[in-house]
Amino acid sequence: MENNRQNGKVGQQQPLTLFEKIWNAHVVTEVPDGPTQLYIDRMYCHEVTSPQAFAGLRTRGLKVFRPAQITCMPDHNIPTLDQDKPIRDEISRNQVDTLDRNAKEYGVNYYPMGHPKNGIIHVVGPENGLSLPGMTMVCGDSHTSTHGAVGAVAFGIGTSEVEMVLATQCIFQSKPKTMRISVNGRLGKGVTAKDMALYIISKMTTGGATGYFVEYAGSAVRALSMEGRLTLCNLSIEMGARGGMVAPDETTFAYLKGREYAPKGDAWEKALAYWQTLPTDEGAVFDKEIVFDAADIEPMVTYGTNPGMGMGIDGHIPALESVDVAGRISYQKSLDYMGFQPGEQLVGKKIDYVFLGSCTNGRIEDFRLFANYVKGKRKADHVVAWLVPGSWAVDRQIREEGLDKILLDAGFELRQPGCSACLAMNDDKVPAGKYAVSTSNRNFEGRQGPGARTILAGPLVAAAAAIAGKITDPRTNI
Amino acid sequence: MEKLNILQSTCIPLPLENVDTDQIIPARFLKATSKEGFGDNLFRDWRYDKQGNPNPDFVLNNPIYKGQILVAGKNFGSGSSREHAAWAIAGYGFRVVVSSFFADIFKNNAMNNGVLPVVVSDDFLAEVFAAVKQNPAMTLTVNLEKQTITNDLTGREETFAINSYKKECFLNGFDDIDYLLSKKGKIEEYEQSRIRF
Ligand code: SF4
Repeated sequence: MENNRQNGKVGQQQPLTLFEKIWNAHVVTEVPDGPTQLYIDRMYCHEVTSPQAFAGLRTRGLKVFRPAQITCMPDHNIPTLDQDKPIRDEISRNQVDTLDRNAKEYGVNYYPMGHPKNGIIHVVGPENGLSLPGMTMVCGDSHTSTHGAVGAVAFGIGTSEVEMVLATQCIFQSKPKTMRISVNGRLGKGVTAKDMALYIISKMTTGGATGYFVEYAGSAVRALSMEGRLTLCNLSIEMGARGGMVAPDETTFAYLKGREYAPKGDAWEKALAYWQTLPTDEGAVFDKEIVFDAADIEPMVTYGTNPGMGMGIDGHIPALESVDVAGRISYQKSLDYMGFQPGEQLVGKKIDYVFLGSCTNGRIEDFRLFANYVKGKRKADHVVAWLVPGSWAVDRQIREEGLDKILLDAGFELRQPGCSACLAMNDDKVPAGKYAVSTSNRNFEGRQGPGARTILAGPLVAAAAAIAGKITDPRTNI
Repeated sequence: MEKLNILQSTCIPLPLENVDTDQIIPARFLKATSKEGFGDNLFRDWRYDKQGNPNPDFVLNNPIYKGQILVAGKNFGSGSSREHAAWAIAGYGFRVVVSSFFADIFKNNAMNNGVLPVVVSDDFLAEVFAAVKQNPAMTLTVNLEKQTITNDLTGREETFAINSYKKECFLNGFDDIDYLLSKKGKIEEYEQSRIRF
């Protein structure tokens, strides 16, 4: 079956999936008894996973093969205050400075800290039209799956693969299996794309899509805005998927048109005609199909230490007996870390921190949702809220739309763009034992700071928690 | 990377099972920005005490053991996917690691950094550990072309598996990048025909 699918030209006879069409169009060669040599249209690099790749290039005396197809920016280590001053932490500064030297020496596209286009890579790529339908994209970062939302094949890679792409614009890959997850029907009031993603992960578990490339489909997915699709695809990795994608459609084209790096004029028309051929053909076969009903999805919160441990906001934490015998010890350990009991409800729990941001929920739509909710209300006094736009472009749009005023009136301040408390590599660390309602993607032990307790949620649940000072169903207030 | 076909060498025995990537290179050495120097910190916490003095009981500090072959207990290289473990092994100067089982990701990372993982039977491994203890000067011979490994002291020989692509890479001194670079023509040809954005 695999063999006659390798060549894109047989597409006429055989129905193909979106993934297969893009994959096939990027096969350079099949190595005998080896992996596929895949061409990469665009690579993004950040400061943490690229230094050794550039160093390797230097050792080999090579140039970057296609510098115009590489875009670099620091995001993980950068502070969210005083970006005009040098970074205080020495290790962070060294990584950022190393990227700065490498980017300049090798002549790749580069948006340094404070640059109007700087921000979290997975926010910056799509908003500049760097991420386009039909492309293959990679980055030394697991959340590269985000870019699949425009209808592309995008996945995270390791450092020696980063070096491979710098040197040859190609990568070795074995072909993943394909899975379609359809969400049909309509999302309820106050239910966001983040809730859809957390719901799917809670059903699939964190390993449920391991080895697969996922296409999201169904009317509820089609109805999502581009921002919502980016959030959904972003979280694919949290159920083990290699990547996630949504077929390009009018929403995609309207979002991309006019963006800086999107094709213009004739080139746009040509690209559009091609992009319209990409959606999965009728009758194409996936290795696995999963279907959900949007009406079952509620605003979600997580109660444990992996993103699969999520539930509807008014749900009860599952009893120990409902967990596999083999998993009970780690389940209990996870709840102990969080300070929760089986059977408990989270609604009404006092919280200490709120983080709005990250490559999951740091886009303009997330700030709109948050601002709309808090408009005319007051932040709870004891809550520390970090509102961190995903990029300077998001920051500018927040100000253009006057959202910053609404936020300020409600007692919130904006910080400067970057990954921030998502992984707390900079100074934005949640103190040990404190509860943070976070719109990011990982609630692992210590992820937001040693001992920090993370409750993952969407921007509306975060807003409701920030106002009430405790876990609150946002639907009661909208 | 350097070619590898036939390697006859004395070996360094590490008869421990489940040596994970954190033991190969402790996590605190991961913030570096170059690949160099990882060999100096290979097995750091076994090799040196807290003050940084060499631990005389650890095999790498015992001058009677030397060579380009590391022989390790079962399940070598488990743990995180980080490549630093392979950089440390290669950086120290090993060309071959022999064990009865390797963690998958480590195996790939090792091959891509010029270190050949050779899987042998539990018996073969036990015999090597015993032999090298008695006679540290004993050698192993790895013949990649023939895919054999020989205990030169006892004459016992085993064959090992390797996929033909990776074998070609070692015989020609290619890593993945060298291989891809050798296909530059193909890549440029592809670029001519590809859909541009
Ligand atoms: S925001 Fe978080 S998940 Fe996204 S790239 Fe940054 S650290 Fe990674």
